[in-house]
Amino acid sequence: MAKNKKPPVVAQTTWKNAFKRDWQLYLLLLFPIAMVAIFNYAAYPGLRMVFMDYNPVKGYSGSEWVGLETFRKIFKDADFIRALKSSIAFNLMDLLVGFPMPILLALILNELRYPRFKKVTQTILYLPHFLSWAIIGSVAYTMFRPTSGLVNMALMNAGIIEQGIPFLTEKWHWAVTYLLIGVWQGMGWGTIIYLAAITGINGELYEAAMIDGANRWKRMWHITLPGIKGTIVTLLIMNLGRVMGSNLERLTVFANTQVKDFQYQLAVYIYNKGLQSGKYSMSTAVNLFQSLVGVILVLLSDRIAKMLGEDGLL
Amino acid sequence: MAKNTNTAGRDGQVSSDGSRAVNKFRISDALMMLFITVLCATCILPFLHVAVKSISGNSYVLAKQVYFLPKGINFEAYGSIFRDGSLVWSMGYSVLVTLIFTVLGMLVCTCAAYPLSKKRLKGKTGITFLLMIPMYFSAGIIPSFVLMYNLKLYDTMWVLIWPLIYSPYNMLIMKTFFQSSIPDSLEESAFLDGASNFQILFKIVIPLSKPIIATLSLFYAVGRWNAYADNMYYIKSENLKMAQYKLYQMVSSASEAQSVTLSEAAAVTSTPEVLQAAFIMFVTLPIICIYPFVQKYFVKSAMAGAVKG
Repeated sequence: MAKNKKPPVVAQTTWKNAFKRDWQLYLLLLFPIAMVAIFNYAAYPGLRMVFMDYNPVKGYSGSEWVGLETFRKIFKDADFIRALKSSIAFNLMDLLVGFPMPILLALILNELRYPRFKKVTQTILYLPHFLSWAIIGSVAYTMFRPTSGLVNMALMNAGIIEQGIPFLTEKWHWAVTYLLIGVWQGMGWGTIIYLAAITGINGELYEAAMIDGANRWKRMWHITLPGIKGTIVTLLIMNLGRVMGSNLERLTVFANTQVKDFQYQLAVYIYNKGLQSGKYSMSTAVNLFQSLVGVILVLLSDRIAKMLGEDGLL
Repeated sequence: MAKNTNTAGRDGQVSSDGSRAVNKFRISDALMMLFITVLCATCILPFLHVAVKSISGNSYVLAKQVYFLPKGINFEAYGSIFRDGSLVWSMGYSVLVTLIFTVLGMLVCTCAAYPLSKKRLKGKTGITFLLMIPMYFSAGIIPSFVLMYNLKLYDTMWVLIWPLIYSPYNMLIMKTFFQSSIPDSLEESAFLDGASNFQILFKIVIPLSKPIIATLSLFYAVGRWNAYADNMYYIKSENLKMAQYKLYQMVSSASEAQSVTLSEAAAVTSTPEVLQAAFIMFVTLPIICIYPFVQKYFVKSAMAGAVKG
């Protein structure tokens, strides 16, 4: 079956020989290729509905072509503008608050003295990552309800406040709670990557620094942080790509009528307009806009990182 | 960087601890431990509170006397969940969906990762590219929805399985494992002995890959168990909804009732908090029970994936 057993030189093998030798490998590949073809690539042509007034009854062939009308409509749509603004504002805040937190936490975890304490606390901090937003949301309501939530209950019983704080039912309070819960959910898990990078730093550097009299903070600042700079940049690039997209599950679980102003972000817009009000073309156009901006942002920040002499992502 | 990961965990630990052993215990150590302890408390106490509430007496909960110790212990709420049966059904159903999803997911993942881990495979770059694009760009909700509808998958169990079983991210992790942890020489010698690609895969590679198979299975299982956005898009029938989605629906209807502050008292009596707490615990417990045993696998492979970045 295999005549060509010499060290395989990729460039010189012909397709015929490659098939003869590796037909079983190509056979295996058929399964994943079929999956992406059926469930991903087959959906791409559906994107043409952004240039149509798509009507599910008439289908793609029967719906009317309207050119760029849909895009004109969404940029005039007050709901879209509002959703765009809150999306960008909240995702930037998420990045601002949520991005440094795992780095800080990783630096602290790395400095902890007792291995067992470190291990147990790490295990506990990773937990929120393994819970669905439905669980986190429902527990958050149990904690933050205006009068019967644990936090308000405790504060009122202690006589610190007289009336419950509307953590999740007034928009500014909601904004803070929403952001902090997001940070809380991601902070523990986020440390893993940085801790991995920290363990890759040469231990001799620390020894040398200690001999030179650098204290803990100086070692953190001059050795640990520079040591994980590449990782930080990579993750920053990946996160910048998400500035447009939000997590629908996270947003919907904290939805209520009082906080609509802030909660109605692009992910919610796409879901509501599309699957609930039947404005298919508008929803898809916004979805497309969102993913394109995401891809462009990733490419741009990758370019900038490379210009600054970092490794980049791609 | 990839070389470091396997040994890094141990080496780094030793060297960084060793270098610090010279120091005395300082205030900064105490502060750091305090900070970490407080953060850990925020991860545990809310769940403890919910658990305690779920087994407390209704009247004590309404009187706001229940914090972290149960009062008037009873399991009435869990009893009514079992009597009602619909949540028990969706738990069983979720387990079934998760199992099928995980098995098929691992299958498709291996089918993609093994061939692509071979340097000699002709057309490898093109195929890898083809299989990675969906990670960066998806058609979006509506085109996918129309597609599922046309494929006759709408409102069936399979719509929760097929579209997501191929995960580019998991494939990358597995491919990296094959490339870095299975020596080429081993496969080459088998090849010279006349073993076919299938034989090498089943007799050599898979037995050597048990750790990564365990880890990725967990990735798949936890991912499927927790996600419910696709339930929102594609599932209408009550008995095809997964447990997390049912919990979500309960939260969102309860939060609407709660948001009108005035009617809160009424809302509390109509939707007993204890029952809600029991509902939350019922859905959360499976994860919390297996979590301590599986998390170390997660950490390992997350690190492997991270380094690949």
